[in-house]
Amino acid sequence: MTIRRFWVFIEQEEGKVHPVSWELLGVARMLASQVAEEAAATGDDVVVEGVLLGENVEHIAQEALYYGADRVYLFDDPVLAYYRNCPYYQTLSAVSKKYGPEVFLIGATTLGRDLAGAVATSLHTGLTADCTALEMGEVKGSQKRLLLATRPAFGGNIMATILCRNERPQMSSVRPRVFPMPERNPDAKGEIVREEVEATEESAMACVLEFIHSKGESVNIEYADVIVSGGRGLGTPEGLKLLQELADELGGVVGASRPLIDSGWISYAHQVGQSGRTVRPKLYIAAGISGALQHKVGMQNSDFIIAINSDPNAPIFDVADVGIVGDLYQVIPEMLKQIRALKEATA
Amino acid sequence: MFHALVAVKQVPDTTNIRIDSETGNLVREGVPAIMNPYDAHALAEAVRWKQQLGGKVTVLSMGPNSFISTLREAVELGADRGVLLTDRKFAGADTLATSYVLAETIKAIHEQDPIHLIFFGKQAIDGDTAQVGPGVAVRLGLPIVTYAVKIREVNLEEGRAVIERKTERWTEVVETSLPVLLTCEKEIAEIPFAPLPDLIRSLRYDPEMWTMEGPCNFELDQVGVKGSPTIVYKMGTPPLPQPGEQINTRESGIEEAVKFAFDKANKAGIVKLILGGAR
Repeated sequence: MTIRRFWVFIEQEEGKVHPVSWELLGVARMLASQVAEEAAATGDDVVVEGVLLGENVEHIAQEALYYGADRVYLFDDPVLAYYRNCPYYQTLSAVSKKYGPEVFLIGATTLGRDLAGAVATSLHTGLTADCTALEMGEVKGSQKRLLLATRPAFGGNIMATILCRNERPQMSSVRPRVFPMPERNPDAKGEIVREEVEATEESAMACVLEFIHSKGESVNIEYADVIVSGGRGLGTPEGLKLLQELADELGGVVGASRPLIDSGWISYAHQVGQSGRTVRPKLYIAAGISGALQHKVGMQNSDFIIAINSDPNAPIFDVADVGIVGDLYQVIPEMLKQIRALKEATA
Repeated sequence: MFHALVAVKQVPDTTNIRIDSETGNLVREGVPAIMNPYDAHALAEAVRWKQQLGGKVTVLSMGPNSFISTLREAVELGADRGVLLTDRKFAGADTLATSYVLAETIKAIHEQDPIHLIFFGKQAIDGDTAQVGPGVAVRLGLPIVTYAVKIREVNLEEGRAVIERKTERWTEVVETSLPVLLTCEKEIAEIPFAPLPDLIRSLRYDPEMWTMEGPCNFELDQVGVKGSPTIVYKMGTPPLPQPGEQINTRESGIEEAVKFAFDKANKAGIVKLILGGAR
């Protein structure tokens, strides 16, 4: 009998975990359950395990158990204090060779994307980027179920399902917010295994002289509860002020579709879509966005979507829960008015 | 002498891709092929450093003969030498096989003429994987700086560079040894207008064509489909979502339309959120 391991890279910086790590533990648990029957028949064990690198991060390993890991391999060392490509990929590559996971999931964050390609190359295995659906599926010619990794291609215009037949692990990167956050269970038990760190300062080949935290704007659009987004239909960059007013009133942030970023009206950090961020807020208001596929793939998992567009046939209405056909410069001021009235009435 | 290598890819302009509404197929006809925008900005930065330090810029691409136009465009933008890896056996490569062919070629060029900086775009707009740059760095055993936004310093004598990279959380100022591989954001450099001599030179420029036959010795089982652990299992159009309800302000009036939308949101439990914004 063998142990079929479903692995997740637990991403942290400065002792703070990136929530995509928990989302991926949820995915790994789902994938593991899809092979449970098959594994039972062959007498194999199926486990979900996390790999965590950093310095003084044992508390995060403990959290990972609460979010569904059966076991966490912990590499805790000053050389891993902050993220650097070389020591991180060498460590992951070595631990992967040691235990031989079947599946290895990494968050498609700036850190994870830097890391995943290096790990996959060093392990000489397949990696599918930015997956939006994952499944352990039956494939002709394979005794075991394989990871079917589906991702958008050509700017979201088609979906391609990729598989990696022979090499292991089967690696995928997944963007934050594509999958829901699993329940945290503080009674969950599991094991934390401290591993030997072999990476050295000399092998790092790079060091960070300085971290510059941007002073002005910092948007965390991925985890915002409310997003008010604008597109070409705004007509003028001034229109963003109106969106900001609505976002402020709702305690949300402003998003944008690609044309606004391309015209330099607003920074890349605000971009929602395949070439920007994937979001799943509780409320998404799309104003003057036609709804190109590349935008829709980035926001269609939002809980509730209100679209405002003057064209009744705009594709954005296909994903909206409510579509308002009309002029956004009339609709949004009316929204502000009604929200303010509602707040006053309940105050 | 300073030598920069820039890897460029020709891509379909994805902003112009359309789906045939009847067949659900990708319409490729009439979609212009362009140099991957991130690569163009990386090239501009390489040329800027050549102008400061002297030396030269080599561009490298892998693809069919039609990619020659992209290498000519690179010469127009200031590249001195172009190498096109072209062979039917390279076709169908995933990111792992692509990184193998590029890395072997960069090794060979480096032996002829030592390279200090290797530039990639942060990702290609057709695949969006951002995997090939890190893969090549691993194969060459070089440091990598992804999401580079600024090169502050290149010191050839001391063999080091200082580069700024932008992550989700902050900007890092990274010191690395040379050679180093960078993957670049657009803000690394503006694309300049081509000077007339480069423009004229580019019209007649023929890149070097490198194949399986040489000058590199590629392992047959590492290239193309054979060297690719991943395969495309199936393709399809994205699933159609269930459209919601629509209200037209011309019929209902503005006030009613907003009321209608908020009423629906309310039923979906969003009203608390609207009030929660009162902080």
